[in-house]
Amino acid sequence: MPKNEIAASAFTAKRINISKGWYKFSRNPLSVLGLTVLIIIVLAAVLAPYITPYPEHAGPYTNFRESSLPPSLKHFFGTDTVGRDVFSRVIFGYRFSLLLAAVVITLSVPPGILLGLVAGYTRRKWLEVGIMRITDIFLAVPPLVLALAVTAMLSPKLLNQMMAISLMWWPWYCRLVYSVTSSLRHEYFVHDAELTGVGRGFILTRAILPNCVGPILTKITLDMGFVIILGASLSFIGLGVQPPKPGLGTMVADGAKRLPAEWWMAVFPALAIMLVILSFNLIGDGLRDMFAVEEI
Amino acid sequence: MTVMNEDILRVKGLVKHFFTRLGTVRAVDNVSFAIRRGETFGLVGESGSGKTTVAHTLVGIYKPTGGEAYFRDQSLGEDFSHRSKALKKNIRIVFQDPGSSLNPRWSIKQILELPLRIHRTSYGKNHVEAVSELLRMVELPPEEYLYKYPQAIGGGEKQMVAIARALATEPDFVALDEPTSALDVSIQAKIIKLLTRLQKKLDLTYLFITHDLSLMRNMANRVAIMYLGKIAEVAPTREFFQKPLHPYTNMLLSSIPVTSDEEEKLKPKQIRSTGEIPSPVNIPPGCSFHLRCPRCMDICSRLDPVMTEKEAGHWVRCHLYPAAGQ
Repeated sequence: MPKNEIAASAFTAKRINISKGWYKFSRNPLSVLGLTVLIIIVLAAVLAPYITPYPEHAGPYTNFRESSLPPSLKHFFGTDTVGRDVFSRVIFGYRFSLLLAAVVITLSVPPGILLGLVAGYTRRKWLEVGIMRITDIFLAVPPLVLALAVTAMLSPKLLNQMMAISLMWWPWYCRLVYSVTSSLRHEYFVHDAELTGVGRGFILTRAILPNCVGPILTKITLDMGFVIILGASLSFIGLGVQPPKPGLGTMVADGAKRLPAEWWMAVFPALAIMLVILSFNLIGDGLRDMFAVEEI
Repeated sequence: MTVMNEDILRVKGLVKHFFTRLGTVRAVDNVSFAIRRGETFGLVGESGSGKTTVAHTLVGIYKPTGGEAYFRDQSLGEDFSHRSKALKKNIRIVFQDPGSSLNPRWSIKQILELPLRIHRTSYGKNHVEAVSELLRMVELPPEEYLYKYPQAIGGGEKQMVAIARALATEPDFVALDEPTSALDVSIQAKIIKLLTRLQKKLDLTYLFITHDLSLMRNMANRVAIMYLGKIAEVAPTREFFQKPLHPYTNMLLSSIPVTSDEEEKLKPKQIRSTGEIPSPVNIPPGCSFHLRCPRCMDICSRLDPVMTEKEAGHWVRCHLYPAAGQ
């Protein structure tokens, strides 16, 4: 076969794979909606200083003449007790929530994957049992309680909150990857790679890991939502983003005191939390469909 | 030149036990045979008789519990992690289930590249041409299959790819573990033809495992029959089918379904197949077959018979055929 023909078929093959993946994802219109909403949220959060009507309201700003105004065209989500625009603060609040979720996932997923691969593949029983029992110990502690303890012990700020939640999050990935790895471990294609003579690192990262990518990505999108809730819960009780910075949880907590009369102070930040979690969950469903291996 | 009757693979008293919570599974229990260069050595038996475990132990998935096995003069007493690269190159396997033997996340090209990259460095970077060559060898047009993923092709095509992958290292010996049992009959014939052609062309030695006796008759030069981890009888194929000695062989041969009287005449006189293979965790004492044997004697439940050569090359392990000294 001529060389350029093969190269051409390689090119089309790659294009087909990408468009096939998108096709599977987009078959679920709700996932596309979730993705669209998330893209808008992320863009808004990144560009917050430029697109929000009152960027200075995200800091120590007061204007008591405009305090506690209901939603209007001037203030879409109304204003809070010191006269700050709730809409601008919600957009800035997304920055902290998304940053928290991104940092926690970045810190907790790689060690979780690594430990899960090793525990699932090793032939040394003590190593497997050791890793998985430590994982179980971490899973036995409710994440909120440990994050609370760590954040309270150190000073209550965003960085400590991130570290505390990351410490709680890797065991889920370890367990997920462990379960996939230990079932693939005895598949013939893994045996064949071993018999061909490739190293352990290659088998773990090239033969087994690609088969875990689907479940991992699906779990990441769902976990982004959970981490955001956990961060909001922590900041709700004052252990996260510190005022005057706008944490979504802090805003709900402050606004809750004003319910039901000045409902907009709590309801809009709460809706904002819900919206981002919902969009992550919808994306998760689409990814699951996308990574399902289909027999044709 | 090599001697025609050179034994390429020698197995002596091979034992593979699995230690489970339910007890020791005696999957392979003292098995001995030798495979000659260029021949197809058949291993038949019911499910659970240990034939797959024999293949898996020889290729190195398991370390044998006991006994010896040699490929030429290299010991097969270790699993893959302790075997030399040369040994891995020369001993290859085609697995029973083509669905699980190809990584669903690798394209056909990636699958076939791996053995090339490890064992045939002389190809350098031009793997595409080498992989295409392999695909042509198994009669799959490369332009169509190179970039496909396993789930996009049929079972027979998957098995062709698995065969190409096994042959990619230019091995001397290939274990074929029921290569066609998961496939349609029409595709079976194609795969068998391909395997026979490649054997002649590439001077391959096969260990061919199947429970399909008719297939075995067409494929193997010599046949060994296994029952509960032990070999009951070994004979050249023609003799195995025409003059079977062991009652178990007779039982299996007489249970081949046939469609005409001529075929019926070829079979040994009708012996009704009774019972099922017992669990290898709980092997009956004495001769393990005595519970199902139509010609069972007193001695059978007490003493396990030993292998005896009744005729040149025709070995049987049964009390009906006592060794000369007994």
